[in-house]
Amino acid sequence: MLRGGGATVPPAGAGALRKARREQQLVSKRLLRDEALEEAEEGCVAMIFGEAEIQQFLRLAQRGTEEKEREGALVSLRRGLQRPETQQTFIRLEGSIRTLVGLLTSNQALLQLEAARCLHELSHSEQSAVVEACLPATSYLLTYLSGHSSDFIELCLYTLGNLIVESEAVRRQLLPQGIVPALAACIQSPHLTVLEALGYALSQLLQAKEAPEKIIPSASTDSSVLGSTLPQHMLQLLQPGPKLNLGVAVEFAWCLHYIICSQVNNALLITQGALSTLGLLLLDLAGAVQRTEDAGLELLACPVFRCLSNLLTEAAAEAVGGQLQLRDERVVAALFILLQFLLQKQPSLLPEGLWLLNNLTANSPSFCTSLLSLDLIEPLLHLLSVSNVVSVLVLTVLCNVAEKGPAYCQRLWPGPLLSSLLDTLAFSDTEVVGQSLELLQLLFLYQPGAAQAFLQQSGLQALQRHEEVAQLQDRVHALQQTALHG
Amino acid sequence: MQLPPALHARLAGAPGSAEPLPVERDPAARTAPFRFAPRPVRFPREHDFFEEGDVQRHLYLQDVLTQVGGAPERPRVPEFTCQVAGCCQVFDALEDYEHHYHTLHRNVCSFCKRAFPSGHLLDTHILEWHDSLFQILAERQDMYQCLVEGCTEKFRTSRDRKEHLVMRHLYPVDFRFDKPRKSRGPVMPGAAEQVLAEAPGDDGVPSEVDAMEVCSEHVEPPPAPAGERRAYSHRIPSTICFGQGASRGFKRAKKRNKHQ
Repeated sequence: MLRGGGATVPPAGAGALRKARREQQLVSKRLLRDEALEEAEEGCVAMIFGEAEIQQFLRLAQRGTEEKEREGALVSLRRGLQRPETQQTFIRLEGSIRTLVGLLTSNQALLQLEAARCLHELSHSEQSAVVEACLPATSYLLTYLSGHSSDFIELCLYTLGNLIVESEAVRRQLLPQGIVPALAACIQSPHLTVLEALGYALSQLLQAKEAPEKIIPSASTDSSVLGSTLPQHMLQLLQPGPKLNLGVAVEFAWCLHYIICSQVNNALLITQGALSTLGLLLLDLAGAVQRTEDAGLELLACPVFRCLSNLLTEAAAEAVGGQLQLRDERVVAALFILLQFLLQKQPSLLPEGLWLLNNLTANSPSFCTSLLSLDLIEPLLHLLSVSNVVSVLVLTVLCNVAEKGPAYCQRLWPGPLLSSLLDTLAFSDTEVVGQSLELLQLLFLYQPGAAQAFLQQSGLQALQRHEEVAQLQDRVHALQQTALHG
Repeated sequence: MQLPPALHARLAGAPGSAEPLPVERDPAARTAPFRFAPRPVRFPREHDFFEEGDVQRHLYLQDVLTQVGGAPERPRVPEFTCQVAGCCQVFDALEDYEHHYHTLHRNVCSFCKRAFPSGHLLDTHILEWHDSLFQILAERQDMYQCLVEGCTEKFRTSRDRKEHLVMRHLYPVDFRFDKPRKSRGPVMPGAAEQVLAEAPGDDGVPSEVDAMEVCSEHVEPPPAPAGERRAYSHRIPSTICFGQGASRGFKRAKKRNKHQ
């Protein structure tokens, strides 16, 4: 089945999504439509049905004598339910949902499937009333997750995912009904389509506002994600190798991100091998990016960056002796390959990659050394022209390297660093300039000749512009002094 | 952004970490007015830093972005009939057949031919409807297992279980897969409440194969079995518990419908 944008819901543009996010109203649903059916129905605009017509379809579906007739009635109803007007009429009709649920639980497989498709259309609605009309069906949708028909399960999962994201009221019903154990059982399915649908539903659950208190922690009673086998299975599904499916991986990487950034029990995830799995996945991603122009790799890169970055801040991420558990320098190589990819494909995601680079290098002399020995300073400097946010992050990473002492600064010098710094001093953004000043101070301190070279390249004039800026003046003056008097 | 050619080779190479250069900090480095200190940064859920990536994620969900991975192939095939004895459904698509098979033929009780949506419900059904040992044990201890995956509660009667399903798990009162077995003897006063109506969707249509009914309730304890029921249980379900509650989580469906 093709995952399609909703005919009932016009896709929001990026601008609308940003606004929604700021208002904490970011809700997106998935609509599953059968590609073959779409093609057959092409050109036929779904009609708006009135009460009488809906009743007719339902009656035929329930009591028709011919099986084809019964199915046909439901198919017609389903197509009609693509229109919001028909949806409204449907839910207001007494007994309509009850009949639909009866068909959903009937012993006629194809009627079941069509009834499920009808519910799916309803679940995708933007109208709360329409979505919440599906609630009587949820216990059955969950029961069917333990079945075996992969198409049907996939449909139930996408429907559940749409319902989950609708409101806390819906989740307050689904959680006691056992949605978490049902998903934990279903994640053992070998079908990729089922797994992707499951990941979607789970990601909606984990994105809920109340998830950090009520859904994720292992102390919760029946609804605990961390208390279930879900995390282990998720990590398994993220392991690189020939079995890794991108669509599936994207969903579970986002699930993992929602869990990790909720900061409930990241130490547990680390003991389950999250750091090493994600590290290997990063390597795999970098390899994939080199091989193909595959659309969508950045959709996986983003949550992987986030998970790794946040995990690296945990005390548990450090092994004995203070060294990071994640030590393989190929991770740095992979990250740069991905940064280059993002620069071309999706520059707005560069900050996320650089955030990871910061967290890798901050307290790791080894990774800082890798940056030097793998010749990555120059590529890093290249990013300075992208945006202010990116520039600040690049400069921060350079400071991470420089602050480790003369052995490091020596390797930063000479080279393009000085001229890059003179360029950033010309920026008007105070954060960029501030970070440049910090880096300069470290260079002056640890690298003999740096101050001299700075003077010779008209560094003082570059500093002068910022003499009056409140956040900068103290540091500007201090640097002027150092440059002139050593 | 030019990457050094050796980088790709490094990625493909062996795992390993760089031997770190010696770290040697001068205390003057962090003195005022300079304040830089390296530190890993943590962002919580709602942080603005995540805005861009979140927007990309949602554009993908709303299908504005390209699909990752293609949609699976869905070939149509020449018409064929279901091969299960007694079934004459015809199909022209494998997925339709898959669903039909799993709905009607996969988790079928070999005693009474009822079909169930999952192995779990089939197990429960066999236990509660067709196992006389269960009935005997049920007189002395809580044997009726909650139907929700992951809930280990057990109850003395199926009515108690239903109440639990409704109150604790917010299940519908007329949950289709929790109907009591219709009692064979004369209708007892209490029985009327127990025999729940079929869902309206079925009215007027007698079903040849009753779908998916689970759960039995002996309205009154049967007269001493006198060995008559022993013939049914040629296999004691592994989930019978003798005192200790056995965990009855999801199992990969074994071929339950292949009783010899």
